[in-house]
Amino acid sequence: MNTWFFKIAIALYLLGTFKYLLFVILLRELLAKIGFLSLFVGFVLHSTAFVLRYLEAGHTPVTNLHESLSFFAWAIVGVYLAFYWRYRIKVLGPFIATLALILMIPAMVLPKEILPLAPVLRSYWLPIHVVFAFLGNAVFALAFCTGIIYILQEHQVKSKHIGAIFRRLPSLGVLDEINYRALTFGFPLLTVGIITGAIWAQYAWGSYWSWDPKETWSLITWCLYAALLHQRLTVGWRGKKAAIMAILGFFAILFTFLGVNLLLTGLHAYSNW
Amino acid sequence: MLIRIGDRPTVFRYELLENDLSSLVCHKMDVLVIGINHRTAPVEIRERVSFSGEELLRSLGRVLEYPEFTEDMIVSTCNRVEIYATTRDPEKGIVALKNFLAEYHGVSLDDFEKSLYVHLGSAAIRHIFRVASSLDSMVVGEPQILGQIKEAHNIAAYHNTSGIILNKLLHKAFHVAKRVRTETKIGNNAVSISYAAVELAKKIFGTLEGKAVMLLGAGEMAELAAKHLVAGGVQRVIVVSRTYQRAADLAMAFNGEAIEFDGFGERLEGVDIVISSTGAPHYILHPENVLGVIKARRNRPMFFIDIAVPRDIDPRVNEIENVYLYDIDDLQEVVDANRDRRAREARRAEEIVEEEALKFYNWYASLDLVPTIVSLKEKFEEIRKRELSKALSSFARITEKERKSLEALTSAIVKKILHDPITLLKSPGLNTDTNEYVDTVRKLFRLDAKGRGQPKRRGGDDGT
Repeated sequence: MNTWFFKIAIALYLLGTFKYLLFVILLRELLAKIGFLSLFVGFVLHSTAFVLRYLEAGHTPVTNLHESLSFFAWAIVGVYLAFYWRYRIKVLGPFIATLALILMIPAMVLPKEILPLAPVLRSYWLPIHVVFAFLGNAVFALAFCTGIIYILQEHQVKSKHIGAIFRRLPSLGVLDEINYRALTFGFPLLTVGIITGAIWAQYAWGSYWSWDPKETWSLITWCLYAALLHQRLTVGWRGKKAAIMAILGFFAILFTFLGVNLLLTGLHAYSNW
Repeated sequence: MLIRIGDRPTVFRYELLENDLSSLVCHKMDVLVIGINHRTAPVEIRERVSFSGEELLRSLGRVLEYPEFTEDMIVSTCNRVEIYATTRDPEKGIVALKNFLAEYHGVSLDDFEKSLYVHLGSAAIRHIFRVASSLDSMVVGEPQILGQIKEAHNIAAYHNTSGIILNKLLHKAFHVAKRVRTETKIGNNAVSISYAAVELAKKIFGTLEGKAVMLLGAGEMAELAAKHLVAGGVQRVIVVSRTYQRAADLAMAFNGEAIEFDGFGERLEGVDIVISSTGAPHYILHPENVLGVIKARRNRPMFFIDIAVPRDIDPRVNEIENVYLYDIDDLQEVVDANRDRRAREARRAEEIVEEEALKFYNWYASLDLVPTIVSLKEKFEEIRKRELSKALSSFARITEKERKSLEALTSAIVKKILHDPITLLKSPGLNTDTNEYVDTVRKLFRLDAKGRGQPKRRGGDDGT
């Protein structure tokens, strides 16, 4: 049942991506509206899929790669919808929709069976740790998209290419503001995600920190964002530098999330997928 | 040789039928436009035939004194002088309007006749729609012309010189202008240097609310750009000039602050936008100055607009992070690119105009429907009476009863014959080609050949 909702959600994200891309090309408001609506309805169905899967499995469904990818995509769309409420930047839509789709497609292919939960994962800390970590990641995904747009737009203004791209992209001021907002939301979430992870590790493995690759890489990610936040607040790093940092930071997140599981082995590898 | 009859969609039929039916051109109401604009004549000629406020009223009435015209209005701006009128006799109407212009202004017609353009019927409708939509303007897409036409129409409507046709036509023109504005991006891109500067500033800062601008040098262009920036939300204006008085005057206009030229360096830190237009022979701002300023601003972005020639600001300033420098050529390029875009949007606008002109033309053609039906009936009635009286006179003796039944019989025949064609003409489904049917009916039954109190018009003379 939950996979049905999951599949409809994918279809809607696909439709949203398609409409949003058309919007960027043709600049017809209606297309952006359809894109947004598809994304919104997709998000609602996606949420339903999670609730159903939770009820079926009896635990928070973020324990294998299918579930995590799907949850990551869900969080990214959710964060975008929340941000859209404050910053009505339609051009972010196609980026977010594409990113969600890129995460959803492998999730669709990967095995979706609900397996019994490994004993070590049976804990209240599971949902707390995972939800904070992923929400933080999703906010940084938004910062990543804004960063890319900033770099594109900054190049247009700097090199005086006042053409089609310039007109379609939002102002540098707003993009930089979103970068900062994302940082102020994402950094605390990531920090809490890491701390709750450490506490859970103390219960589960008997040690707060064991330099497992995932722990190491999340620390590296955390340091990157901490550096950006520090520089922003002290010497006023902004604009291009902040955008580049947001892009690098997100690559670190992706590696922590996927690269570690696929390339390295460690305590966080619970299932083959 | 005479009128620009080629503007009429019905010209084909005219030419085809010319030889045998040359006298049968219908007397329908036509919209006539005669005018002169920035493309057809230089200002020296335009100003000689233009109408100013007071005169306009008088001339509106004077045009209607000509028997050819039923309605008129006059648009007179610095770029165009146009008279719109409705007439049943375009050929005479054109001559009358030309003479009116010459006589009224005391100018010889030869001096400006070459510069005049004349549009008739659907071409006139299209022309008025294009003008109102700013497709015929010097700067395509600039919105002022719409206001000017509205004003001109208000005057005509207020003094009742415009009537049902012109009123409906002008309201439609305003509607078309609005459609063009909302459905194309014709007005979206800045096509003047100062607007381009504002557009760029908005893309850099997001909002101009609470931003500060410094005018380095108080030239006219700088003043104009500052005006646009203030309209866009900029709140503080600092004016720097080598002549303090000039700075003070300008600052007053913006409710800003004037400072001495030597002191501007220290104040740079507090401004976001700098418009430089001094007459200095060399750079007055170097990368090292700006680097220090930007550091003190903790990297808050700055936008430098250098409209001075020779330039005031070292172009290397643009290489500093979070600093954007545009000189006059850069801005000109933005403006040129926007002009090209406007031209592309204008093509879409032309389609809208075409579509609306066609719709309007059909409405306006249908105005001739009722008179056509009336004359058709009249003609048949006339024939019936004539033939009946001929027949009656050949009878030696006829009773009143017989006469009455003959009367009824012939009336019934005429009525039955006319029933179907009239039903067809009146049917709403005919909309798109009412005009053609009306035209055909008028020709088939020679409705225009009969002198029905209207002046007989000689259609296309030999070899039109």
